[in-house]
Amino acid sequence: MNLVMHGVVQRFGAVTVLDGVDLVTHDVEALVLVGPSGGGKSTLLRIVAGLDVPAAGRVSFDGEPLPRDEQGLRGYRRTVGTVFQAFNLFPHLSGLDNLLLPLVHVHGLTEAEARARVQGPLERFRLAEHAHKRPAELSGGQKQRIAILRALVVQPRRLFLDEPTSALDPEMTAEVLEMIGELKSQGIQFVLVTHEMGFARRVADEVAFIGEGRVLAHGPPGEVIDHCAEPRVRGFFSRILAES
Amino acid sequence: MSRWLAHCIVVLVFVALIAAALTRIDSPWNWQGVWAYRAKFLQGFGVTLAVSAAALVASTVIGGTAALMLGSRHVLVEAVARVYVELIRGTPLLVQLLIGFYVVASAVGIQNRYVVGVLLLALFSGAYMAEIFRGGLAAIPQTQRDAARAIGLTPWQSLRLVILPQAVRLVLPAVAGQFVSLVKDSSLLSVIAVSEFTLAAQEVNSFTYSTLESYLPLAAGYLAITLPLSALSRWLERRFRYET
Repeated sequence: MNLVMHGVVQRFGAVTVLDGVDLVTHDVEALVLVGPSGGGKSTLLRIVAGLDVPAAGRVSFDGEPLPRDEQGLRGYRRTVGTVFQAFNLFPHLSGLDNLLLPLVHVHGLTEAEARARVQGPLERFRLAEHAHKRPAELSGGQKQRIAILRALVVQPRRLFLDEPTSALDPEMTAEVLEMIGELKSQGIQFVLVTHEMGFARRVADEVAFIGEGRVLAHGPPGEVIDHCAEPRVRGFFSRILAES
Repeated sequence: MSRWLAHCIVVLVFVALIAAALTRIDSPWNWQGVWAYRAKFLQGFGVTLAVSAAALVASTVIGGTAALMLGSRHVLVEAVARVYVELIRGTPLLVQLLIGFYVVASAVGIQNRYVVGVLLLALFSGAYMAEIFRGGLAAIPQTQRDAARAIGLTPWQSLRLVILPQAVRLVLPAVAGQFVSLVKDSSLLSVIAVSEFTLAAQEVNSFTYSTLESYLPLAAGYLAITLPLSALSRWLERRFRYET
């Protein structure tokens, strides 16, 4: 994944959330974004996932710039997968139907082809016997894993995960992180926003610290989390790592 | 005690109270006189059924369209819908029927009072439906729209596959209530001389001077339409329920 972001600005009304983000990665499989709440991580993720258009600036993946019109962005979104903090499953459909919906209605598979494709992943991630249930009958961990599968079964070029474990208790968090770790070992590219620093250290090729609307640090995980010179970054990590 | 038994007991107590009240009124009953006009009653009942059914369908279409217009970003589109809803909901149906038939319809040249009656009834109910639908659409969390966009659904697909299935379940009770009101409101069409059920009862009363014998069957007749409607609605709610 070669991501290039140059001068990305995002505003919501009078508030400027991203104030000129510059970031370049070369051949990175797993990029993790960390930083304080309100610092702009999720806003940035939504931009690179093609959900929002920045007020200014350029974003490109592997040399291809992101479209700026809704139709172009929709086409882009069909090639990637996004996972949200609040699971965002469709509550009126079973887990299985949640998986089949994008395959059938967006990617043109027949229902039989779609069912065949999801069978393997469901079994591999131990969700096959839960797939017929509606989201309300699933645990938080199961819901999030179904949500990840929904993003995965369309065979995306890369995944975007926005704090996928922040709404989960420690046991389910471990369940979901294990799944993401397995995806990494399968070679799936992803950009992950998380507060799980231990996981970030293990799984990230590069970490970018987003604070005050800018990239305050960027590099290998050890460098950013443990040995960063920038005082705001050091202060953030010393506070949260002291807690755990 | 089973629910069915409890309902029966309450209905029987209610009927007994009414019967007791009626026996205290000492005037003689004239059921034979009213029975002679049963064809008139049946015909009126048929007209009420037909008019209600037609207005029901039309008002759902009008209400749905208006609800989408209320959510439009085009200022003029939203304004048309908003003025329509406020005007209709803020004035009595009686006034709308009188002005609609004697002023507007004759100006436009539509003579058929049945067509005008159905149209005016549909416009009346449509305004209430619009607000019910708009509330239902607004109650769907933004996360659902986010998820639909993220998997690459077009706005129309997202409405059809994600938003509407959820919104329909939300508004079903309120819509059923509106349908029941519509059936009863159709009785007001008597003021533009549509020969529906209530007008039939009024005419039989003026022929026979037997008020209670004319109006009790009227109440029973409306119950015969509204009770199945309510039961249907409750069945649909149970059938399509999902936990959240």
